[in-house]
Amino acid sequence: MTSAVHQPPAAGGPGAAPAFAVEDVTVRFGGLTALDAVSLELGAREVHGVIGPNGAGKTTLLNVCCGFQRPDSGTLSRAGRPLAALAPHQLVDLGIARTLQGVGLFRGLTALENVMVGADRHRRAGFLAALLGLPRAEADRRALAERARSALAEVGAADVADRLPAALPYPVRKRVALARALVAEPEILFLDEPAGGLGSDDIDELAGLIRRLAERATVVLVEHHMDLVMAVCDRITVLDFGRVIAVGDPAAVQDDPAVAAAYLGEESARGDEGGTA
Amino acid sequence: MQQFLDLTLSGLSQGAIYAAFALALVLIWRSTRVVNFAQGAMGMFTTYLALLAVDAGWSYWAALLLALGSGLLLGAFIERVVIRPVENGPELNPVIVTLGVFIALQALASLLFGAQYRSFPAPFGLTGLQAGSVNLAITPYGLFTIGAVLVTMIALVALFRFTDLGLRLRASAFNGEVSRLLGVPVGRMLTLGWALAAVVGSLSGLLIAGGELVWPAYMDPLIVYGFVAAVLGGLDSPAGAVIGGVAIGLALSYVSGYAGSEFAGLAALLILVAVLLVRPAGLFGRATVRKV
Repeated sequence: MTSAVHQPPAAGGPGAAPAFAVEDVTVRFGGLTALDAVSLELGAREVHGVIGPNGAGKTTLLNVCCGFQRPDSGTLSRAGRPLAALAPHQLVDLGIARTLQGVGLFRGLTALENVMVGADRHRRAGFLAALLGLPRAEADRRALAERARSALAEVGAADVADRLPAALPYPVRKRVALARALVAEPEILFLDEPAGGLGSDDIDELAGLIRRLAERATVVLVEHHMDLVMAVCDRITVLDFGRVIAVGDPAAVQDDPAVAAAYLGEESARGDEGGTA
Repeated sequence: MQQFLDLTLSGLSQGAIYAAFALALVLIWRSTRVVNFAQGAMGMFTTYLALLAVDAGWSYWAALLLALGSGLLLGAFIERVVIRPVENGPELNPVIVTLGVFIALQALASLLFGAQYRSFPAPFGLTGLQAGSVNLAITPYGLFTIGAVLVTMIALVALFRFTDLGLRLRASAFNGEVSRLLGVPVGRMLTLGWALAAVVGSLSGLLIAGGELVWPAYMDPLIVYGFVAAVLGGLDSPAGAVIGGVAIGLALSYVSGYAGSEFAGLAALLILVAVLLVRPAGLFGRATVRKV
């Protein structure tokens, strides 16, 4: 069933603990096994793709990694340190950020304010100082706004800082959402279908951005768009029916007969379609 | 002309109180999408605490601080203990729970403080100011009321617009799940939202009680007028709540003055129906589909 499994992480070297690891994780929804003893090891500054046909368990795996879904069995670890009962609000402190499928921006906040919420990790003044509007809190707010502006600039959305999300075209909203994940300066960034709904120019830019991000963070890319995945990923994990059927570099995964079988007639056609969109 | 001026002035000071109450409703609606029907009873309860303090010889100002402080704690307590457990259920559940809190607090107040009428002190005079030889229908206490509500509103706008705590409060209100993902302690934000709202609600309870009688149900008319004001302003907008409050205050004052005070309640309900028919999102709300 497996062919290219159990390669060492691309970066980090032998013996070094992976930046993030999922080991033997199983998740069941009633009678359905969404994830079946899935393991995933992420090296430092690696771009790791997670692909698979619809219903393969990609989003469930992402939810486990972000504490949205408690696994029935299995363990998570961050840089060798086991993570018991991971909860979403702890992610930021662990240096983990995630974007959502779709966009998920706060509709009543401007683009800049949206990104500032993501920069919360860098806030220093306490609760009371903010409530009383002390100078310390004001300095904090200015620093957050500065960080948020540079994150928006990095994704090429600096000019829409003061606009509300509803007034922005979909691709720009996706950029703002990405800036919101970047502004926390995560060491591990989970991207859930970042290319969804984007045209080919935007996807090319996204590919460049992901490669730049990989210079300072580990990027996990859950994506249907095969051209993007093949172009930017160092390694790829392929899921099918909740199991890992292949792990390896893009070329090895593409040639894997198990992968071809899983995608036959379905996802390979979809990938080509996406390439010309 | 003199009558119109009088009605306008008394409408403004009443409207300021409706505005404060509407503001309390809006703060909770924004953060938890719950219409807090217990707000009136909560303000009544803290006003009784202030009355106990005055009975014990405290000054009006110390009693006012006690009421606002206990409002803060009461709001946080109710959110944590009563609302939190039903928050993830059907949307109607927390609303029904606030009705339960409303009834429970009124009953508790009757037990603890007695159901008889008590008079509540006012820190300023209650006789009309004079402009030359003309008596105006605005009292020093009325001016204090308007000033207190204005200061509260400006402080809240500053908190929400210009602090990053306000930003986190707004983010939690818009989307708790995403906020959590970004590291915002959403539970704490919701508790703080209720606490702030309860302080404003307590203020409205104190202001309407000043120089008047209090009894466990004295806030009931205010609940109706404050709710109409909040809906008029769009439920989502603090500025809308204040403008709605003043508009309702003026409208009811004119109706009482020209048509008779027995028509005030009817007028409030007519305004409510008209707003819901013509502009269901309110004057300042964004039109979105709502399920309450």
